[in-house]
Amino acid sequence: MPVAYTPGLRVSASTILRQTRRLPMRGEVLVRAGDLVSADQVVARAQRPGNAQVVRAAQALHLEPNELQAHLVKRPGETVQAGEVIARTQGLWGLLKNEVRSPVAGVVEEVSPTTGYIRLREPPTIIELRAHVAGRVVQVIGGEGAVIEARGALVQGIFGVGGERRGRLRRAVEGPDQPLPASAISDCRGCVLIAGSGADGEAISRAAEAGAAGLVVGAVSDEALGRYVGYDIGVAITGQEAIPMTLIVTEGFGELPMALRTWDLLVSLEGELASINGATQIRAGVIRPEIIVTREAAAAGEAEAAPEQVLVVGSAVRVIRDPHFGALGRVVALPPELTEIETESRVRIALVKLERGDEVRVPRANLELIQE
Amino acid sequence: MPEARRIVATDCGSTTTKAILIERVDGGYRLLGRGEAPTTVEAPYDDVTVGVSNALEELQELTGRRFLAGGRIATPCTDDLGADLYLSTSSAGGGLQMLVTGVVKTMTAESAQRAALGAGAIVIDVIAIDDGRADHERIARIRAIRPDMILMSGGTEGGTVQHLLDAAELLVAADPRPRLGRGFRLPVIYAGNSAAREGVEQVLSDRVDLLAVDNLRPQLERENLGPAREAIHRLFLEHVMAQAPGYDRLLTWTSAPVMSTPRAVGEMVQLAAREEGADVLAVDIGGATTDVFSVFGDQFHRTVSANLGLSYSVCNVLAEAGAGGIRRWIPAPVADRDLRNRLRNKMVRPTTIPQSPDDLLIEQAVAREALRLAFTHHVALAAGLKGVQQARTMADLFTQAASGATLVDMMSLGLIIGSGGILSHAPRREQAALMMTDAFEPQGVTRLAVDSIFMMPQLGVLASVLPEAAMEVFRRDCLIPLGTVIAPAGRAREGETVLTWEIGSERGELRAGELHRLPLAAGEKAEATLHPRRGLDVGAGQGRRWVGTVEGGAVGVLLDGRGRPLELPGDEQARIAKMGQWMRAAGAMPGKR
Repeated sequence: MPVAYTPGLRVSASTILRQTRRLPMRGEVLVRAGDLVSADQVVARAQRPGNAQVVRAAQALHLEPNELQAHLVKRPGETVQAGEVIARTQGLWGLLKNEVRSPVAGVVEEVSPTTGYIRLREPPTIIELRAHVAGRVVQVIGGEGAVIEARGALVQGIFGVGGERRGRLRRAVEGPDQPLPASAISDCRGCVLIAGSGADGEAISRAAEAGAAGLVVGAVSDEALGRYVGYDIGVAITGQEAIPMTLIVTEGFGELPMALRTWDLLVSLEGELASINGATQIRAGVIRPEIIVTREAAAAGEAEAAPEQVLVVGSAVRVIRDPHFGALGRVVALPPELTEIETESRVRIALVKLERGDEVRVPRANLELIQE
Repeated sequence: MPEARRIVATDCGSTTTKAILIERVDGGYRLLGRGEAPTTVEAPYDDVTVGVSNALEELQELTGRRFLAGGRIATPCTDDLGADLYLSTSSAGGGLQMLVTGVVKTMTAESAQRAALGAGAIVIDVIAIDDGRADHERIARIRAIRPDMILMSGGTEGGTVQHLLDAAELLVAADPRPRLGRGFRLPVIYAGNSAAREGVEQVLSDRVDLLAVDNLRPQLERENLGPAREAIHRLFLEHVMAQAPGYDRLLTWTSAPVMSTPRAVGEMVQLAAREEGADVLAVDIGGATTDVFSVFGDQFHRTVSANLGLSYSVCNVLAEAGAGGIRRWIPAPVADRDLRNRLRNKMVRPTTIPQSPDDLLIEQAVAREALRLAFTHHVALAAGLKGVQQARTMADLFTQAASGATLVDMMSLGLIIGSGGILSHAPRREQAALMMTDAFEPQGVTRLAVDSIFMMPQLGVLASVLPEAAMEVFRRDCLIPLGTVIAPAGRAREGETVLTWEIGSERGELRAGELHRLPLAAGEKAEATLHPRRGLDVGAGQGRRWVGTVEGGAVGVLLDGRGRPLELPGDEQARIAKMGQWMRAAGAMPGKR
């Protein structure tokens, strides 16, 4: 029995989801194992020390370094505002006085009697790590983050750009086979738009300008993708682009209707908060983009077996390469012998009865299994 | 090594896993069958052994033998189940994406970037103290991109130490996890100020696989990229490329250590060069990488172009060659938009294969560019100092590359061997011959051959255990002679006679811009006398007569009057007509048999 050709992307209305969240530096974890968290909730926080600024105060006041201490207006530990006086000499009878002002807001950290410098520290930057998905904390990673588990819907795309974002799902076209015209995009601030078969460069830009958090579409052209990210993507390692909206493609490049199953699931979730991520890495250790809508926290110890990927007579499949790219059908035969195809290559094929009625020969490598 | 009656060997490529069966028949080893299946490095499998099992299942179905028991290959063979020897090679880890760190972005970081690019890597990010990012942003970036390897540089000799220690601390904080997980430590090459080496080692050596080499920018005005390049190349070959999810499980199945695919192919190329007694150029073109090997005299060189390939790396070939560079090899009008979309679709679904003739022509056009670019890379690196005895280590190779001339001499080249799916499984052998001729532009008289079913990797690893068995199968079943290309070096005006030839009982004139095929079957030889036009050379010197023997093969003799360097017509209609004419002349046009 032939096992496993191209596995289908996951499209599941209900599955167990597990997300590991880690701070980029050590900090404080704000949740405990067992806590329920919302997608926007901060689960960990770190303080990045502010920049240090050095002021040559003794030199500016024409003092010896060891004399500076007596002329401080602000002492170590005190806060200062930008422009505020931090040291001053009185001069003769209060005339000809000299002052040194702080160039930044922050704290006086140190006054050196050796150099006569005052070191100021700008306020720390707070780095907050959000849960991204609503669910239950199942593990705390000390000083770094947490693992969150939930039950919900998961749709994997084939390719994406842009990182994590969250927004309410909103249908932007009537059906999975309709492209998204730029003219149909109005106010969509914070939304994740569900489009159909394609979106051109103008529609993508318009959606981003209108404040959409994300755009999920059946296909885009290479040209539209290049225009949106601003360069030609060589190897498929994405997710870090400086773009205002995350773009997730579910089928491929060109113009392809969104698979009906994907469309139906996304539309059924319209109005729900989706957590999306366009990060893609197509190489050993693949990462595919994701759209997640969580429903409830997973029960403790609940696990889900991966569906078995077996290509058999009767399997529902989708063709993933020309000349029948995108067509759906069922396997009617799996001849074991090598068969000559149109290119004159001899390969293993499947006979597939397409939904549109005709029966075609397709190399097994060009079939994607559809989970039923 | 005990008697091995039945041998199974697999090659886990980035895209396809290939299995072959070799058995002892009538006292000799013969190839009995081949099976393949997509490599399974993607969820839900994330385990390369699933693809191995699938390829073995196909091998079972096609040969009627049984190898699998309890979800794995049975060794040794008992009751006709399993194999006495199971071996494997791997390049499933795919391409090489690197992170580079330096002190100043336009100085040491730029030198480091050049070293990485020269080793065939793609640099996904450059981290330097003046890159305008905060540390936490750098850390988040390092974690997100999951580099395969990190090259640390910075500080001239006698220069900064602290910045390098800071960079090491940054890596510790980022705690980069290698993308292929368990039991694998991230390779980090340190090529910065030697005064900081010890400190960097103290910070990093417990956490990563650290290798220190000479400073790649010892002085501001001097670069020394060789040692870093060589280290990148070696670590990629030994540690990154063969790794894949499930690799540790595969190691428990095999009878000998898993060998990286380029290493295995390199073994066979060297054996082939000895056997043939000729200068040999060989190529293995895969989904993620293209490996080029050459033996000139006693010099063996191997380069791995880590991001030139036909599936995972296909859009990198597009980025390097441009749509126009690929389109020029297609004998039909193709819109750039359509071409780009098709290649993107191949990138996101790398295990698919062409089903329509136009899709096949596009893939073969990409192959020409991937081969050409990989060959250019090889020529640049396979260099040495003229008149100086060459050492055979890669380190010396790279050190000398900066000042030496290339050792690749296309006129002295005797044999080109093509391996990899697109060449070994081209529906017509003529297509493989033309792809290699177009990409490498051999000069003079050069034989062509292909690996019959893409099994040089498996034979290479077999050679490490049973060299005689490997050579027997190589001679009988692996190398398929395609014939001989005769190509005068130099250029002439379209239509001018470039060569007057006599081959066996045939004679004729070859004109500039013409490709002519003469049948000469495999195993046959013919005496040849070649008179090139004045100013052109077929191996005896400009305008001088060449007399010798040419060998036949699946294609025969290709008389190539297209000139060297090969130039295609600039006008689109003329180009399409010319490509079609050449493909038909060579018998390489699909669907028109």
